[in-house]
Amino acid sequence: MSEEDRDTGASPLLASHDHHGPELTDHDPAHYPVPDPGHPEHLPRLTDVDPKAADRATRQVAFFFGMVPLFAIGFAVVYFAVPGDWFFDFGPLRANARNLGLGVTFGLSLLFIGIGAVQWARTLMSDEEMVDLRHGATSKPEDQQWMLTELDKTVEESKLTRRKIIGRTLLAALGFVFVPMLVGLADLGPWPTKKKRAETIEKTLWAEGVRLVNDVTFAPIKADDIEIGQLVNGEPENLQDLHGAEFQIEKAKAAIVVVRMDPNTIQIPASREDWQVGGILCYSKICTHVGCPISLWEQQTHHLLCPCHQSTFDLGNSGVVIFGPAARSLPQLPITTDAEGYLVARSDFTVPVGPSYFERDSRQDYEEGDN
Amino acid sequence: MPEPAVTVPESSSVEAQVPKKQAGPVFRIARGPVRWADERLGVAALLRPYFRKVFPDHWSFLLGEIALYSFIVLLLSGVFLCIWFKPSMAEVEYEGSYQLLHGLPMSEAFASTLALSFDIRGGLLLRQMHHWAAMLFVAAMLAHSLRIFFTGAFRKPREINWLLGVGLLALGIFEGFFGYSLPDDLLSGTGMRFFDGAVRATPVIGTWVEFFVFAGQFPGDLIIPRLYFLHILLIPALILALVAAHLALVFYHKHTQFPGPGRTEDSVVGYPVFPVYAAKAGGFFFIVFGVLTLMGALMQINPVWVVGPYNPAQVSAGSQPDWYMGFAEGAIRIMPGPGWEWHIGSTTWSWNVFIPLALPMTLLFVGMALYPFIEQWVTGDRSEHHLLDRPRNNPTRTGLGVAAMTWYAVLWAGGGNDLIATQFDVSLNAVTWVLRVAVFVAPVVAFLITKRVCIGLQRSDHDRLLHGAETGVIERDPSGRYSERHRPISVGEQYALTQQSEEYALLPAGDGDGEYRDRQLRLEQLRRRATRFYFVDTLHKPTRAELEEAAAHHHHGAGHEIGAGHGDGHGNGHGEDGAVIAGTESEHLAP
Repeated sequence: MSEEDRDTGASPLLASHDHHGPELTDHDPAHYPVPDPGHPEHLPRLTDVDPKAADRATRQVAFFFGMVPLFAIGFAVVYFAVPGDWFFDFGPLRANARNLGLGVTFGLSLLFIGIGAVQWARTLMSDEEMVDLRHGATSKPEDQQWMLTELDKTVEESKLTRRKIIGRTLLAALGFVFVPMLVGLADLGPWPTKKKRAETIEKTLWAEGVRLVNDVTFAPIKADDIEIGQLVNGEPENLQDLHGAEFQIEKAKAAIVVVRMDPNTIQIPASREDWQVGGILCYSKICTHVGCPISLWEQQTHHLLCPCHQSTFDLGNSGVVIFGPAARSLPQLPITTDAEGYLVARSDFTVPVGPSYFERDSRQDYEEGDN
Repeated sequence: MPEPAVTVPESSSVEAQVPKKQAGPVFRIARGPVRWADERLGVAALLRPYFRKVFPDHWSFLLGEIALYSFIVLLLSGVFLCIWFKPSMAEVEYEGSYQLLHGLPMSEAFASTLALSFDIRGGLLLRQMHHWAAMLFVAAMLAHSLRIFFTGAFRKPREINWLLGVGLLALGIFEGFFGYSLPDDLLSGTGMRFFDGAVRATPVIGTWVEFFVFAGQFPGDLIIPRLYFLHILLIPALILALVAAHLALVFYHKHTQFPGPGRTEDSVVGYPVFPVYAAKAGGFFFIVFGVLTLMGALMQINPVWVVGPYNPAQVSAGSQPDWYMGFAEGAIRIMPGPGWEWHIGSTTWSWNVFIPLALPMTLLFVGMALYPFIEQWVTGDRSEHHLLDRPRNNPTRTGLGVAAMTWYAVLWAGGGNDLIATQFDVSLNAVTWVLRVAVFVAPVVAFLITKRVCIGLQRSDHDRLLHGAETGVIERDPSGRYSERHRPISVGEQYALTQQSEEYALLPAGDGDGEYRDRQLRLEQLRRRATRFYFVDTLHKPTRAELEEAAAHHHHGAGHEIGAGHGDGHGNGHGEDGAVIAGTESEHLAP
């Protein structure tokens, strides 16, 4: 390889014919103590020297390619002939016959093209390695010089350097042209003003007299029907009047757990004495961490564990956090019974439910030791 | 030694080299179309620099290809899914063929996902392929970025391409997360609930972001259409643009290669694009495509019908995001909550959510983006690098990389703390506490161990260079001493083992260094301290004189006494083979 050898790979735009990048190799023997022995001798493969091996490789490649039409047609056959409710059972495994058939035929047809091509390249195509010369990414110094000179010249020609006010106003113009684009996004959603928050994320369907109902059957929950240790997932009775997005939005806030514990084994602060009915307490089911519905109930310890991030709350102690990433107690819903003995809310939650947000006034939340 | 073919004939000689006698059948057939295209597009001149462009071969170079090919599979399977998927949260009653959900109210998005899974022929296959391809896409990008990192391929002039890669990784992760959220099943809805709680926790602007993203309260009825447009239009377009730029730069810089005989900083050795590389890379595309299709056929993924439609009052135990979100999930899970939320006046600062979400993501992506520039600042090395580093030759970089991997792995394990607890029958709280400590301690331990292992490997390279390879042949000399015969390594290996660029730890600049201004001096002292952190215990490769002396020593006797230190074991091991090889090699070493 002589110095005259030219780069073939660089962009023709950037690499002119006489282009030589900066010297890349450090020929300093102190740093590179072993001289380059040069490219190792090319060793022929079996297919290069044995015509039988080459023929065998040819047959292999042709076999892989030749199978592809069969699989492709097999795919069409499965598509039209196999009904969707056929199943294969392999011991404990069960597979839909059509999905399996379509996937295996299509997959193998693709795979065989790939295997054939790679086998072809590995065994039969010339495997003499080649060398491309490499030059630095940098342009020649005169090109860099040219670039800067031209830049200077064009700016000069535009009169920008002498009439600076044009440049400044242009910059301002280009900056402000984004204002309409940004303002246009200001209605992506309603603005969470104090008023808006009060009627959305700070309010649920719960109100005085709203019955607690089972969250699946919507049957009202009678205080006498709940045993000690039992936990019932509930919703407000008026949720069933809603549909669609409204239903989901309200359900995501109003979900509750109703739990009965032995009043002698739990701590009920004086201020919450009348929030419960004989050891029946009601808490928000929505985690104060990032809002998962908390589901895992440990009857003996009175702990409620969130399956998403394992925050653990003590329902026997006003819902305080005892482990995990949540920082705030579960909001408790004040309840009582109506004339027929069904559980009803005494009011909405006294604090916003769900995960924290910046404007949330968290001074009212229960903290360990409050009364 | 024969020189490999060089692919760079002069333009004049090429014309001379196309005599009619060499023209094969393809030449005759292609002459017409090529001329037609050339007269309109100038294809010959356009393709000429690239047609036989050389690409080096190494298995680790395939990782990026896997990412590229799985992205193509994502585009293809995504088109099919778009034909059937309805990105709408309007409530419908399910009437499809999956009996267990019959009559249930659900969103159109979930109903159409069920239709794809049960009623549209090939729909389930394409859904599963799409999901597996997404998993593989991110995994291959991550593995590819590790390869780039550990071999120093991000060094000048490839820093910009590294940044493009970091951008692709970040986009890929969010693209995957948004796609995961589209079917509106219980799991993806839970993911959205998490997303909602997380954006809401952002100090000062959280509620505004939440209301703007969800068009009001969670979940509303616009989030799926909005994610859909991000998932199928905006982010794929960005990924496509970055991929194009990424590949263009690979082309322009030419691929890096590992050191070896005949491979230098100013040459690239490998196979030409046509025909070998095209067949291998094209074939590999079909292999990746085929394997993903077989995975779609044989391995169930995300069976949305099992968990049912999203219900904000339900969640199942063991709920987890796709693997690439696992580290963020883990950070969220192992963060302690109590005490990490400030209540100041009427405001709430939810650090227990904001820190674990924002910090690891920022550390990962900003750390990756800045690393090449940090290392360049420390070394002061402004030269170009096209030969890859062997990871052992930069023990500190390799140690930092393994530390980052360990940190990621601890967070990732945190994302499955509940499964670890249930599967191994240990306390969930204990698992969480161990991880809380490990996330700080394990990376440090990993760094120290990795660095030591690298230096050990450097020592073993040193031994091979100076004392040769162990042969396993034990000899006893007349005085009764045992020694192992060593065989010199080939000059090719010697060359490969001494190609790394060397960096040195610097002493602090003295008071007399008047060339620095105060601020500059402080910065320079910091840099020099950093070079000590990086290079103070790195082994330096032997000099030419040392190698020559070692070769001469071999020439006289290749034995090494068992149990004795190297260099003093002048045994009598005049093995015929050893002597001959040593003799041959020492000729090469003579300057």
